[in-house]
Amino acid sequence: MFGRGLKTLSLLSVALLVGAFALVFFYAPNDADQGFIQKIFYLHVPLAIVALFGFVAGGIYGIKYLRTGDRMHDLRSYVAIHLSLIMAVGTLITGSIWSKGSWGHWWLWDEPTLVSFLIVFLLYACYQPLRFSIEDPERQARYAAVFAVIAGAFVPLNFMAVRMAESLAHPRVLTTTGGAMPGSMRLTFLVALAGMAALFVTLWKYELASKHATFRLRALKRKLAADDETWVPNPRRSAAPTL
Amino acid sequence: MPALPLDTAGKYVAGAYLVFLALILIYVAIMAGRLSRIEKDLGEVTELLERRAEKERETVPS
Repeated sequence: MFGRGLKTLSLLSVALLVGAFALVFFYAPNDADQGFIQKIFYLHVPLAIVALFGFVAGGIYGIKYLRTGDRMHDLRSYVAIHLSLIMAVGTLITGSIWSKGSWGHWWLWDEPTLVSFLIVFLLYACYQPLRFSIEDPERQARYAAVFAVIAGAFVPLNFMAVRMAESLAHPRVLTTTGGAMPGSMRLTFLVALAGMAALFVTLWKYELASKHATFRLRALKRKLAADDETWVPNPRRSAAPTL
Repeated sequence: MPALPLDTAGKYVAGAYLVFLALILIYVAIMAGRLSRIEKDLGEVTELLERRAEKERETVPS
């Protein structure tokens, strides 16, 4: 069910990412101001954008779950947030490395872009412990969906607030006028963004397929074991949704 | 700050791209763990089915 189109998506992700990295190092020119270290931009910014969109997608699936009660939407929301958290970790680490190289500090606490992203990350870091703290699967799914919706709405609000704040060091690359990037840099960035988005969708589908297979297998095991006295069930508490 | 020379900047760029690679590899390792759990579950289901088939063979008179 979830495995459909996974092979094509995987190949597309690999092609886009390999193409993007080739463009980064062999086509895009070095930045006039920052030099070679600006190459981190093609990794750091797509990671951040995809992570933020993933958080919003988690909220949208949360709304769908609350409206329909369909557990599959809860699973979709959970996996989207889980993957976005991984990408957010990547954003924070790559940003920190870039910051050290460019500004001489691993972190700047008075920079709104950095701190706001950290707040969003820490907010979503509470999602898994929240799920794990609730035993009843129905309540777990409902509370997690409410969390995903509220936190998902916070992401664009936070983004707009940061846009309105005065930036001290972090550049504003993506503006409504297209930014200050020349064509070759913009093309490289767009391919990198497409590659990262394709990677996110591939991993999302991959994890959904894996979780769905696990649930179906466990359901089958329970069914078969119902009339087998020798089988002892081993219930495992988990933050992941159950179907 | 002025732009870093290539030999210094290269370390930071390599570090950032290696972090990305490491994240992907960690993810693959976690998924491999899940796959082995699915395999284990599948083994248990097969065992249960075999046990059930054996029981049926014992109860059906030949």
